[in-house]
Amino acid sequence: MPVHTLPSRQVGWQRRTMVARMMRWFGWLLGVLVTVQCWQIMNEDTIWEFVYDAPAQAGDLLGRMWPPRWSVLDKLWVPLWDTLNMATLGTGLGVVLGVPVAFLAARTTTPSVSIVRPIALLVIVASRSINSLIWALLLVTVMGPGVLAGIIAIALRSIGFIGKLLYEALEEVDGRQIEAITATGASGPQRIAYGFVPQIMPVFAGISVYRWDINIRESTVLGLVGAGGIGLQLNASVSRLAWPEVTVMFIAILCTVAVSEWVSAKVRAAII
Amino acid sequence: MLRIRGLTKTYRGGDRALDGVDLDVPRGQLMALIGPSGAGKSTLIRCVNRLVEPSAGTIAVDGAAVTGLGGGALRAARRRMGMIFQEYALVERLTVMENVLSGRLGYVGFWSSWLRRFPQKDVDAAFRLIERAGLGGMHDKRADQLSGGQRQRVGICRALIQDPALLLVDEPTASLDPKTSRQIMRLLVELCAERQLAAIVNIHDVALAQMFVQRIVGLRAGRIVFDGTPAELTTGMLTEIYGAEDWAATSAAGDDEDDATPQARAIAARLAEEAR
Amino acid sequence: MSAGVTGQRWRPPPLIVNPWLRWAIYGGGGLYLALALGTLQVNWGRVAEGLVRGWAFVAAFGNPDFSSRWGEISEGMIESLTMTVVATVVGVAISLPVGLGAARNLAPLPVYLVCRGIIAVSRSFPEIIVAILFVKMFGFGPLAGMVTLAFATIGFMAKLLAEDLEDIDEAQVEAVRAAGASWPQLMVYAVQPQVLPRFIGLSVYRLDINFRESAVIGIVGAGGIGATLNTSFDRYEFGTSAAILLLIIGIVMMAEYSSGIIRKRLQ
Repeated sequence: MPVHTLPSRQVGWQRRTMVARMMRWFGWLLGVLVTVQCWQIMNEDTIWEFVYDAPAQAGDLLGRMWPPRWSVLDKLWVPLWDTLNMATLGTGLGVVLGVPVAFLAARTTTPSVSIVRPIALLVIVASRSINSLIWALLLVTVMGPGVLAGIIAIALRSIGFIGKLLYEALEEVDGRQIEAITATGASGPQRIAYGFVPQIMPVFAGISVYRWDINIRESTVLGLVGAGGIGLQLNASVSRLAWPEVTVMFIAILCTVAVSEWVSAKVRAAII
Repeated sequence: MLRIRGLTKTYRGGDRALDGVDLDVPRGQLMALIGPSGAGKSTLIRCVNRLVEPSAGTIAVDGAAVTGLGGGALRAARRRMGMIFQEYALVERLTVMENVLSGRLGYVGFWSSWLRRFPQKDVDAAFRLIERAGLGGMHDKRADQLSGGQRQRVGICRALIQDPALLLVDEPTASLDPKTSRQIMRLLVELCAERQLAAIVNIHDVALAQMFVQRIVGLRAGRIVFDGTPAELTTGMLTEIYGAEDWAATSAAGDDEDDATPQARAIAARLAEEAR
Repeated sequence: MSAGVTGQRWRPPPLIVNPWLRWAIYGGGGLYLALALGTLQVNWGRVAEGLVRGWAFVAAFGNPDFSSRWGEISEGMIESLTMTVVATVVGVAISLPVGLGAARNLAPLPVYLVCRGIIAVSRSFPEIIVAILFVKMFGFGPLAGMVTLAFATIGFMAKLLAEDLEDIDEAQVEAVRAAGASWPQLMVYAVQPQVLPRFIGLSVYRLDINFRESAVIGIVGAGGIGATLNTSFDRYEFGTSAAILLLIIGIVMMAEYSSGIIRKRLQ
């Protein structure tokens, strides 16, 4: 009760009771302690001389990165094409694999709530927890470096993203439309085709384009672990300490990401 | 035609929506089902096509049992029962034609329905029905571009293209204005007469029901408490169905048409008739 | 019923009404697909070779090896977790003023432009590229990783906070202003109650993202479990890799579960 009687017999008001306030202070204290403790554990091995040196290092780096060596641009067109392909084909493969997973995971369409649904949800969580760079790392180890590893890495990461958003949409469809289709004597697949598919189509298109946009961004760096695309050139230039080339690549990546974001925003606006 | 015996439905949590309902509807009869909200009207018609699973009792259409069927046999039974919904329940993002043809889903295979390749005779039937329902030329409009009355006409076409023996109609006019409500009811009556269909119509608006149907069944708390012609539905019967209410007071208020509920209006109309 | 209706064909109307545009899009799509697949260079021999290794890896998930490299795994995990916590706290703390400054309805134009600039820079680059630069500046180790994650957190949180602030209900602000409140009082009484619950929810979500990212930036030397994972792949120790991946999945699942509870309680 925030209202209580003071000794002077006036009615006082405070936003929270004594106990609630104590709890809040305790919570804040705990948060601060945890953060400080984490900071200390994290920095056990930090060499502070390097850190104090950071502004000088940053200045040095900037000095070396400027002016950009534009001539390297000629070598970047093919990697950029590869980057685009990794994102697009990877998204396509991710859609092909992710859509069935979504239908198996949605409570409204799954064939079995007790067995199939948990498995589908596990696939989604596993795919979402692991960044596409780690998928790429794994695939490069398994099948060797190249664009194919990148495509599959992008696809594996996209399954979870598309699967999650789509199964949530499937669980929120208008049940009356489904009921009406059921009442006509439609079979299970027909109910999905006429009841569910038209309802989730706009969401599905939006999700796919959005994921494609994210995938462009991610595929620019997959080359760092050997999966093809512009990241491969970036890695080479960084290890050769060819900083003027790195600047050009940064600019190329930024432009690619900006263009893909613009395209994705336009397409999504057109769909809705 | 339709034969229901001892139909009982108990929902999880113990709500008894239907309690031993016996009901026969002969071929060609348009029957209105009235009763207060929660009386079990909606549950009753959904039990007939098994959208709701009955707890006990039997249902038979044309002598063939519907209860106990599963899988393909249940789907085949559902084809013979057209259903029309309160909020139309059209697939909003499909065209009028696709919505109407979806009534044929029980008859065609998955791939032909997925590719929208329906048999030409189905397409012919769909065009005829669309024309008959007064929607000529609208077949490629999307359902979400139609007005309420037009949507309900599409809903009626979808039910009729199933070539049903029985129509289950759930509050067809509850979302429509009074004029459109009458048009829709008239269309239903005409189509049922043309095709000699049996129909159960759940309806709130008692006056509208009396205007159009041959038989009225009153449901209260899951039991049938009235079964007779519209003329036999007296004030006393209405009290029996809807519970005690000062009907005279309602009738006085009933002059103010806009504020009155359809129920109140119906009852006011009855009283005025009896006073004459 | 007019007899003329019979026999009329029907096809569903196409998605794109203009036939020229429709065929241009289909043709363009087909051409792109052909070119993309045509220029795809795949060393099928190497891939076939990899299938055996791929199977070994899948099998390793059935029998993950937590023990033989447990020292490195636990060290990497602790680094990842501490990095995540510190980066989220620091990033969220800095994103508060930046987000306030980036809300057009609350900040003057010069402040607005500066803060929007910070957000744009932070959001433009993938974390791993930022990590390369910070490793260069701060040296190898989790501090560089922490700064990377904090930097990314600022852009993410500040942008969403600014959008929420721009969408607040002006009527409530008016009411408090009418009561004679000063700017700080306005913030506490009219603005903060409207945006705080979602902001806390997003912070918890960002904690989750930061943990996932912390597993990646180790690849370029910015500390955390990524380095251990990278090493295990290099040595073909798939049992260890599987163990690490399972740990990551488990922690992310736990984080999602608890953040779901936290967000539910806030509403």
